[in-house]
Amino acid sequence: MKLTLKIWRQKSPKDKGRFETYQVEANPHMSFLEMLDVLNEELIARKEEPVTFEHDCREGICGTCGLVINGQPHGPNQGTATCQLHMRFYKDGDIIVIEPYRASAFPVLKDLAVDRSAFDRIIQAGGFISVNTGAPQDGNAIPIEKDQAAKSFDAAACIGCGACVAACPNASAMLFVSAKVSHLALLPQGKVEAKRRAQAMVKQMDAEGFGMCSNITACEAECPKEISVTNIARLNREYLSSSIGTETKV
Amino acid sequence: MSFDSNVPPGPLAEKWTRYRGTMNLVAPNNKRRIEIIVVGTGLAGASAAATLGELGYNVKCFTFHDSPRRAHSIAAQGGINAAKNYANDGDSVYRLFYDTIKGGDYRSRESNVHRLAEVSRNIIDQAVAQGVPFARDYGGLLDNRSFGGVQVSRTFYARGQTGQQLLLGAYQALSRQIAEGNVQMYNRHEMLDLVLAGGKARGIIVRNLLTGELERHAAHCVVLATGGYGNVFYLSTNAMNCNVTASWRATRRGAYMANPCFTQIHPTCIPQSGDYQSKLTLMSESLRNDGRVWVPKKQDDAKAIREGKKTANDIAEADRDYFLERRYPAFGNLVPRDVASRAAKVACDEGLGVAPTGLAVFLDFEDAIMRYGRSKAHSTGMHNPSDAEVRKLGEKVVEEKYGNLFEMYEKITGEDPYKLPMKIYPAVHYTMGGLWVDYNLETNIPGLFALGECNFSDHGANRLGASALMQGLADGYFVLPYTIGQFLSNEIRTPKFDPNAKEFMDAEKDTRERLERMMNVKGNQSVESFHRRLGKIMWDYCGMSRNADGLKKARKMIQELREEFYRDVFVPGSINDYNPELEKAQRVADFFELGELMVVDALNRNESCGGHFREEYQTEEGEALRDDENYAYVAAWEYKGWEEDPVLHKEELVFENVELKTRSYK
Ligand SMILES: Cc1cc2nc3c(=O)[nH]c(=O)nc-3n(C[C@H](O)[C@H](O)[C@H](O)COP(=O)(O)OP(=O)(O)OC[C@H]3O[C@@H](n4cnc5c(N)ncnc54)[C@H](O)[C@@H]3O)c2cc1C
Ligand code: SF4
Ligand code: FES
Repeated sequence: MKLTLKIWRQKSPKDKGRFETYQVEANPHMSFLEMLDVLNEELIARKEEPVTFEHDCREGICGTCGLVINGQPHGPNQGTATCQLHMRFYKDGDIIVIEPYRASAFPVLKDLAVDRSAFDRIIQAGGFISVNTGAPQDGNAIPIEKDQAAKSFDAAACIGCGACVAACPNASAMLFVSAKVSHLALLPQGKVEAKRRAQAMVKQMDAEGFGMCSNITACEAECPKEISVTNIARLNREYLSSSIGTETKV
Repeated sequence: MSFDSNVPPGPLAEKWTRYRGTMNLVAPNNKRRIEIIVVGTGLAGASAAATLGELGYNVKCFTFHDSPRRAHSIAAQGGINAAKNYANDGDSVYRLFYDTIKGGDYRSRESNVHRLAEVSRNIIDQAVAQGVPFARDYGGLLDNRSFGGVQVSRTFYARGQTGQQLLLGAYQALSRQIAEGNVQMYNRHEMLDLVLAGGKARGIIVRNLLTGELERHAAHCVVLATGGYGNVFYLSTNAMNCNVTASWRATRRGAYMANPCFTQIHPTCIPQSGDYQSKLTLMSESLRNDGRVWVPKKQDDAKAIREGKKTANDIAEADRDYFLERRYPAFGNLVPRDVASRAAKVACDEGLGVAPTGLAVFLDFEDAIMRYGRSKAHSTGMHNPSDAEVRKLGEKVVEEKYGNLFEMYEKITGEDPYKLPMKIYPAVHYTMGGLWVDYNLETNIPGLFALGECNFSDHGANRLGASALMQGLADGYFVLPYTIGQFLSNEIRTPKFDPNAKEFMDAEKDTRERLERMMNVKGNQSVESFHRRLGKIMWDYCGMSRNADGLKKARKMIQELREEFYRDVFVPGSINDYNPELEKAQRVADFFELGELMVVDALNRNESCGGHFREEYQTEEGEALRDDENYAYVAAWEYKGWEEDPVLHKEELVFENVELKTRSYK
């Protein structure tokens, strides 16, 4: 199939950037990123600079990839990261617009690559359980109800890709932050610090320049791991109870 | 340089405890003055950096990724072993030790493996304390499953994302140390050289991948945790950016590379579908519990399937060859990875492959679906259910067990594995070889340590499933933080190093010249095309089976390709910029040199063992033939540059606790 690609090209963070149009010949078995590999090989053959895009595992787990494809972070398929998207979902003659995430907390570095280090700083602010390496109690000392462990896992499945931010009209990072807060708060080990954690992480999130959450839930729709917005409600509970200092339910 | 395994004396089971109790320590006030460089933030690197930070050392940690959380460890699926014996099925430290030595085909060091089995138990406790959401049973206790090559249930898991959850645990611990100022984190920085001063490892040269700037970093010692080199084959299940540069640069500075030809080829991966492909996807080993592997008996049928004229369902039962069940009646589809992979290759070599490329065999769940369906129908009191009803029930059971894998398969191939058998083929997965280390995980260069997949230490010639995660975390949390004190306790009076010293300036200059040389070729072929060609040579001649003629030929081919690379490669962009093509170019340049060494190593080892199968050394039935008399050693290679042959140093393996036996799965 012949495709027309309109790709965002930007030399550096300071460059203004613009769309460039390319033609590429793809086949339905290719993944989306393999299609871009083919384009890059052609650009290199013409001695032009290839399109910079980030990727690593190509299995939907590392969270490195993440393109905005025809306006949707990670493209059209639900629960699918960019690297897992295949060309059989496109047809001959399609025009595909490919952009980087747009969020002031994720500045563009080059072409389609953005800087997501704000997420690391949010985790550093408190996204952990304060335990040193040593000799903790036996792993089976605290039984954890199967469903509770599963819920924690559902939140822990977040790959830190940032699509939720890109999907949100306010560029809010609430889904990401709430997933981490929930993962830990749902486990007895993580409960102890839950309030302090929520407060510290939200404070850092604000400092990084992410927007406010206004319950649009576009984040959930685009999240490749289908992280639920119920986590945001849980974060709000942890956060409010921590700032008020009582167990207020909201 | 020293080449002594430094295994402490005493009975096997007491070595580690006794040694730890008598080790030299570094006092807290001295720790604060000591700097340690850790390269890598996978399970091994992140756990080490976090723990060293907690102990009070000044740690500088480097990764080429944009975040520590993206290291390749994140992709591990199946699980992590530990000798907890929660299942009460007779597991013990000794049994895990024994299984690992045997699984590795008797080519690893007893003392290291025993220590690994000992600390495996602490890893689970540590991970639970960090909030790793392992699978639980209805009683709320940790659940286990079994993996290939063993008879107990000792694998802990977090759905199909065990690596992700363990890495997030280590990443969080590391993040806490970064916040406390004990670890300084350098993301998007790639180590391009090791710096030695006075014969000891004292620093590294890194390239800031966003600006292209070269930086010199000094420390009292250097820890590498930079992962495996499976991508020398171009196509592998490793993440795209995995590479050998850090360990290869260390090798070029005098560190020994051990058993580089020991590569693990995993039998169940999704086959390649075209030339544009650059990455292969693993389908978990657990599928072989219920899937049956087969090819058509007749070449005509195989051809018709390849051409799309027939499907698997058109082949009558009598015309199918369930070759693992036929060749290995005792273990059937559950033979170890190396054995299963080779058998699939033999079938495809005979013209029986079932993908258009000729390189695939079937993994069929039909029997499992019907069997589970019948049993479900029986248990729910259905009488005379139709085949369609049985199938429906069976598909449900299979979905519960393997749903996420079936979905992943369908996402990639567009075929529904409930209706047609999966097509699978072996792919490069893990590298047992790596930097030679002693009992302290120190290389032969004093002050240079290697952890995780980048060292050679624990898996011999074949790694068992779920043991890499265990080793990475054992090294990083529970071994290195102790053993590094043996070196550092003699360094407390050593002042901080000056990164402007001559050794550093020279190394930076070398690195710059190396990069400029690649940029300046300005030829006509892309880096990718060279990598693809190198991978093909490695796969054809140093892959699943090897022979002396092929290996000799491959060595020449690699040398020629390397010459061509430096004559005709084209690297776009500039040095002083964010330039992924340049990153690739220098990684591929190092793969050429490593690839040649792998071939030399494979040629030297005149025996077959584990993942290393030399066609000349096999039994009449085509099984691997080990030569314990002459090859029960670790081959540690000293690199001498392009023009000279590498020099072999042998570490003889002494087996005092296990008896060497032939592995048989018949
Ligand atoms: C698909 C797949 C599934 C697997 N499943 C399992 C499983 O279920 N169980 C199991 O036990 N094992 C499994 N393995 C194997 C296991 O995942 C790896 O062996 C292990 O994670 C390696 O960890 P590591 O810390 O040594 O290295 P890695 O996780 O590879 O980390 C390497 C680190 O080094 C950094 N680095 C490398 N070079 C440089 C450089 N030059 N400069 C700066 N930084 C550098 C990288 O950025 C990264 O941070 C699997 C492997 C694959 C491919
Ligand atoms: S919540 Fe979803 S979209 Fe957001 S970072 Fe995590 S995985 Fe990505
Ligand atoms: S490349 Fe890893 S999630 Fe897409």
